[in-house]
Amino acid sequence: MVWTQTSVSVKAATATPNRWDLVALPLVVGLLALAAAGGHQMNAPLTSLDTPAVSLDPWNLPDYALRSTMRMLAAMAASLLFTFIYATLAAKSRRAGMVLIPVLDVLQSVPVLGYISFTVVFFLSLFPGSVLGAECAAIFAIFTSQAWNMTFSLYQSLRSVPRDLDEAATSFRFSGWQRFWRLEAPFAMPGLVWNMMISMSGGWFFVVASEAITVGDRTVTLPGIGSYLAEAIAQKNLGAVGWAVLAMLAVILLYDQFLFHPLVAWADKFRFEQTGAQEAPESWVLRLFQRTRFCRAMLAPVESLLDRVAWLRLSPLSSLAAALPPALKRRVAAPLSPAFDRALDRGWYAVVAAAALALGWTLVRFIAGGAGWGDVGTVLLLGAATLLRVVVLVAIASLLWVPLGVLIGLRPRLAETVQPVAQFLAAFPANLLFPVAVVTILRFDLNPDVWLSPLMILGTQWYILFNVIAGTSTFPSDLKETASSFRIRGWQWWRDVMLPGVFPYYLTGAVTAAGGSWNASIVAEAVRWGDAKVTAHGLGSYIAQATAAGDYPRIVLGIAVMSLFVTLLNRLLWRPLYGYAERRLRLA
Amino acid sequence: MTQNPTLFELRGVRQAYRKPSGQQYVVLDGVDLTLRDGEIVGLLGRSGSGKSTLLRIVAGLARPTSGEVLHHGAAVAGPTDGVAMVFQSFALFPWLTVEENVLAGLKALRVPGKEAAARAGEAIDLIGLSGFENAYPKELSGGMRQRVGFARALVVQPEILLMDEPFSALDVLTAETLRTDLLDLWMERKLPTRSILMVTHNIEEAVLMCDRILVFASNPGRVAAEIRVDIPHPRNRLAQDFRDLVDDIYGRMTARKPPAAAAAATGRPRPVYAEALQPVSTNRLSGLLETLAAPPYHGKADLPHLAAALRHEIDDLFPIAETLQMLGFAEVAEGDIRLTEPGRLFAEAGMDDRKALFAEHLVNFVPLAAHIHAALSERTDHRVPYAPFARELEAFMSEDYAEATLNAVTGWARYAELFTYDGEAGVFCKEEAE
Repeated sequence: MVWTQTSVSVKAATATPNRWDLVALPLVVGLLALAAAGGHQMNAPLTSLDTPAVSLDPWNLPDYALRSTMRMLAAMAASLLFTFIYATLAAKSRRAGMVLIPVLDVLQSVPVLGYISFTVVFFLSLFPGSVLGAECAAIFAIFTSQAWNMTFSLYQSLRSVPRDLDEAATSFRFSGWQRFWRLEAPFAMPGLVWNMMISMSGGWFFVVASEAITVGDRTVTLPGIGSYLAEAIAQKNLGAVGWAVLAMLAVILLYDQFLFHPLVAWADKFRFEQTGAQEAPESWVLRLFQRTRFCRAMLAPVESLLDRVAWLRLSPLSSLAAALPPALKRRVAAPLSPAFDRALDRGWYAVVAAAALALGWTLVRFIAGGAGWGDVGTVLLLGAATLLRVVVLVAIASLLWVPLGVLIGLRPRLAETVQPVAQFLAAFPANLLFPVAVVTILRFDLNPDVWLSPLMILGTQWYILFNVIAGTSTFPSDLKETASSFRIRGWQWWRDVMLPGVFPYYLTGAVTAAGGSWNASIVAEAVRWGDAKVTAHGLGSYIAQATAAGDYPRIVLGIAVMSLFVTLLNRLLWRPLYGYAERRLRLA
Repeated sequence: MTQNPTLFELRGVRQAYRKPSGQQYVVLDGVDLTLRDGEIVGLLGRSGSGKSTLLRIVAGLARPTSGEVLHHGAAVAGPTDGVAMVFQSFALFPWLTVEENVLAGLKALRVPGKEAAARAGEAIDLIGLSGFENAYPKELSGGMRQRVGFARALVVQPEILLMDEPFSALDVLTAETLRTDLLDLWMERKLPTRSILMVTHNIEEAVLMCDRILVFASNPGRVAAEIRVDIPHPRNRLAQDFRDLVDDIYGRMTARKPPAAAAAATGRPRPVYAEALQPVSTNRLSGLLETLAAPPYHGKADLPHLAAALRHEIDDLFPIAETLQMLGFAEVAEGDIRLTEPGRLFAEAGMDDRKALFAEHLVNFVPLAAHIHAALSERTDHRVPYAPFARELEAFMSEDYAEATLNAVTGWARYAELFTYDGEAGVFCKEEAE
């Protein structure tokens, strides 16, 4: 594309660094160097893990924080790759979608921390003698906490590309590749970036949880903030816990400012609504780079290369079809006869059903190999206990945060300050604070069945708060004014005006909070402080104990039952509520 | 002009969709169309008459169920060289600038960069977009956006330009400017295009721009009439021959429908109540009745005149007029609308009398309303589920039409206080008579 090249050379002519470059350049080079350093350590031989891997010296924390961040980045890259392949396949092929989407739905409900024991064993055997195996296991755990909602987001975007743009692309004869990069991917971008951000904020929890894993007699410790914390707990060092918390705060703050804010601000240009009315998100980092001269000139060739790649026709199938003799070409182009198509569908159903049955049977046999019917009963009871905790906790958190969120949301100035804090708290991995709770429980000899429970929702309650704040801030002011002009007050105001208005937002927050609580139960129902263990009765502690004992059939049983509970809760409670909110409470 | 060579031809095109129940729903039936060098052809019809579907078949975006699609005599399957389209909604890529949007069609075809840039520059100049090259669509007004749509289509130098209601999303003044600009370019032969096919539901627009107008009838979509426009350009909207032609087309489009002949593609005979209805609000119905009853109309109006006075296009006005006719409140014929006696009574009556009169006419003239009302009266609890009615209708029309039809009846019945609908429970219900 000559015209892009000329525009590049024009830029190159004026590529002398300007004052913005003075700031941006060290940033870029520094980040690159850090990434190289972090990546290099991942490939160390496993023996380095056997030496006391983690020291509690706070000066090590920047290094540990870097390594945790690298894991997070690697997991995000893997999630993106997975998202693009999986969602595209599911959206483009009806038959693949028939299987992939329900599978994704179930994957969402499987507790990530439950199967970490399997993945550790698997990856260690995949890379014998290298830290890489353990790294992969940790990254995989983080990946599984991030990928599903991103995939759903991309899938839904791909399925809802506006029809007129789709037709325009067809009529200008975009190839599949061009259509994907010029229409579908840009259209999906804002949703995808938003979901990446949600995934990231959920991900820190799993970074912390997956860096120090004990499976049976094997303990794998990866240098990072999580393992630093584990060491602090083992040594009963409350000061070190404090340092870990501080380091985490710093990491999340930097991550948000340098990665996510710029990304969100950039993705705004892909927003589909063609009105410039809404307030555009801003990022000082992005603005800095857009003002630089030298950095932009350096990036221009990359941009132009990406542009060229996106405009490649790259359709091997259709060029192959074009080479066919005309008679054959017509046959290839002709649509399948409906009868044949239906027969193909039936065959596909049969294959899928057979595979599902076989897998189900294998699962049952595996569990039956180490657990009996008695276990199933126990696990169901424990599941009910954890369910009770989740329900009560979400209810309490709602009673607390909904009114507070509304009161905050009604004051725009206050909301502006509280909102980022709430989002930040939602990203902060609550497991860093568990030791404080454990110390308290031990000190006052409290009942763990009651007092461990709040830990489950410690990190996820903020989703309720910031969603309610968001809902209140967007509540139409004419409705608020109507309410006050008719002097609707007190309970009637809450019941008829505000609660229905924020309900859809509240629902999103509550679903996230409840889902996160199930996952957190695995680390929150069984905690330790030095040698002291505090355990509550529940499905989470069951899985945690089975993991510690390396008892695979019971781990699988626990995971299966927890997935079942989560899926049922989604189907029987959240989905009908969503439907109700969609039908009755939408402010259109 | 008939001697001009044929560019594009459709023969016996039929488009039908198979519903999950296995029944067929026919959108287009037996349509012939010939596009010749040097002419602008208009497809004029109501929404749902299949004219947009026909345009998409020419564009290669849809394939007909049967019939021939010929470009220079050769069969076509899919988008072809030399055909480009302008969309009603502009369909610009919001993440690309004006220039990038215009270049998109060329880049997709791998036109070399220098040539592409030169051609894009020309198209942008031609269509009056110079200076806007690096603007994003969201920064532009509707008129400018549609200019981008034109430039993007013209830059690929299409032999045939397809336009799907290109001016209907624009305000009156902007639309007029764009129309005249396009016509000027066309008359001065500055366009690379040899024939234009446009879909419209604006009768005046069709008469203003087209050399030939195909008037479409609905259900199934078919060509009801072909009208040649021989008025020389530039055409004057106020000239008598222009007005006469507009009146003539109004007359043809409001002529009483022949009994639905081709509609009964299914085996079962169509019950009287399975007729598609348009959800026209009762406010508009009473509004039109009041307007007609008042001066200057005094009970009778010329539809083109009324449409201009109310700033309604045919898609707005016809459904109201036809619904009034169906309900026995007005007569529509030959491009005129006339109040009936009940219509006059309605316009003069107060709220309660209006409702009573409306209820009476609803039961008498709308078989579906009578059908649901009767079903409700049979039940002791005065509740009947919605779903069976939807299914019954779907045997004879598409799901969308079935839903619209039931919406229409529900709205009217609520106004008439005949019966109501409980959306949460999905049942029609009736208050106990007091």
